Amino acid sequence: MKIAVCIKQVPTREWQPRLNDARTWIREQEASYEMNEPDAYALEEGLRLREKHGGEVVVCSAGPARVQQVIREALARGADRAVHVEDEALGAADAFTAAAALTPAMQEERFDLILTGLQSDDQGHAQFGPVLAEKVGVPHSTIIMEVQADPAASSMKVKRELEGGWFQYVTMPLPALLTIQSGINQLRYATLKGIMAAKKKEIRKVAPPAGLASRLKVVALYAPQKSKQTVMIGGSPADAARELVRRLREEARAL
Amino acid sequence: MILVIAEQKDGKLNRATWEAIAAAQQLSAGSVPVKVAVLGEGVSGVAGELAAADVAEVLTVDQPVLGRYTADAFVHAAAALVTAQAPAHVLLAHTYQTRDFVPGLAARLDRALVTDVIAIKSAAGQAAFARPMFQGKLVADVVLEGPAPHLVTVQIGAFRADAVRKGSTAAPVSVAAIAVDPSVVRQAPESPFQEAKQAVDLSQAERIVAVGRGIKAQENIAVAQQLAGAFGAELAASRPICDNGWLPMERQIGSSGQTVAPKLYVAIGISGAIQHLVGMKGSRTIVAINKDAEAPIFEIADYGITGDLFEVAPALITELKK
Repeated sequence: MKIAVCIKQVPTREWQPRLNDARTWIREQEASYEMNEPDAYALEEGLRLREKHGGEVVVCSAGPARVQQVIREALARGADRAVHVEDEALGAADAFTAAAALTPAMQEERFDLILTGLQSDDQGHAQFGPVLAEKVGVPHSTIIMEVQADPAASSMKVKRELEGGWFQYVTMPLPALLTIQSGINQLRYATLKGIMAAKKKEIRKVAPPAGLASRLKVVALYAPQKSKQTVMIGGSPADAARELVRRLREEARAL
Repeated sequence: MILVIAEQKDGKLNRATWEAIAAAQQLSAGSVPVKVAVLGEGVSGVAGELAAADVAEVLTVDQPVLGRYTADAFVHAAAALVTAQAPAHVLLAHTYQTRDFVPGLAARLDRALVTDVIAIKSAAGQAAFARPMFQGKLVADVVLEGPAPHLVTVQIGAFRADAVRKGSTAAPVSVAAIAVDPSVVRQAPESPFQEAKQAVDLSQAERIVAVGRGIKAQENIAVAQQLAGAFGAELAASRPICDNGWLPMERQIGSSGQTVAPKLYVAIGISGAIQHLVGMKGSRTIVAINKDAEAPIFEIADYGITGDLFEVAPALITELKK
């Protein structure tokens, strides 16, 4: 199977947001970055499918030069090669723009299966996968918890997560695109051998297609407004515990 | 015109549809007609229910091929409907089904889509849609560009279903003449199922102690367990804890787990990703303990302690035993 895994580089979970002067975007250059967690699960699923059915895993990402960090990491974890649609302007790209940027390269490669995370930990649009599927012209399914591929029959059966603890099996033909839910598998981490091997693996750089235009314009970015007056309790752990329990008993009557 | 696409399953309306109608009525501000469309098989009952809202019309697309949901059939039918109706905006609740087909619909129509909207504002005569970004650490006001229709999905719980204006008489219900060729459908879905009978019904718990990533390792779950015991609470968790197998999936709170509204909800080491918040923000009293003072969980907490849970939890256990 020829498998693509689309990954995104996002600010780390520990990152504290800092805004640009116009307060319309973050200060990208000051953020520290990591692989989008749901994409890491998609990568792991791709590696497992390759181990079972043979073929190759190609990691694909759209973004500025800095995204090489997560591409190298994916190669170190076992991906065979990479396609990087590189442009400085793609750092703040929305899902639609990122999908449009990757579409020509994805069409040219003719993958049997395209995997990606169900959403990104930064912008969180949850649009990239289904939009890419529509643009490439393959069927899709989202929030997947299990993949049983049958490459010989050009078919697969997947387990979709529905809301509130419900699931559903869906059969569809290959080629296709799936968005992967976190927790579908147990992640592997890069070994020293993998890190060394990654240095020799190919990263094909591609320019984005002309005429990319974002349709979502962020006019203001700000910290969320509190919906509640939160009573912050300070002091030593013992003092804070005493005060919290007192308030829960006397004020909130929750105990 | 604003078109709301309702969601139903087996002739039963998804209540989040009312929230999307409330958002549409707010966006319309009484000056733009609102219509509601319902897609499926055997949806006349749902259409009748929706006709109680103060809307111009309820449209049905009633076809066997829409009976069991597939992305292909819904994209196809919704694209034909939206093209025929030519609304300025299309609104839906941000459910898993919406997430599955609406991005494809937007791509098919080549129109802008903003998801997970929590508020609608007016900025210089233009609608701006507020949505969380960066795991809820920030909110962005987003303006949609390019030709209409603009597609909008609203976060569950962000708009109030009981705010929907009802009409003095029932809205007219009509059939939209849209045919879906079954051969466009590439996905073959089976019946939905539940993994196992939910042994734990957290929705009945009076108190819940929920644990998140901050617990760091499986062996530390015992700390949370003891704290739950001291509070007389059920133990629950955010998704990553269940993904790691540290607690069973049936103890997960959030969009993919259970929705709860206990008397007391104590969140320890939970940053407050929106997928978790939607499952618990209706709790009466919320306590958050987190080392990160900027964690989004504090925005909905009644009481907060910024600190190391491995110091605060034992102190609380001692205090509760007094």
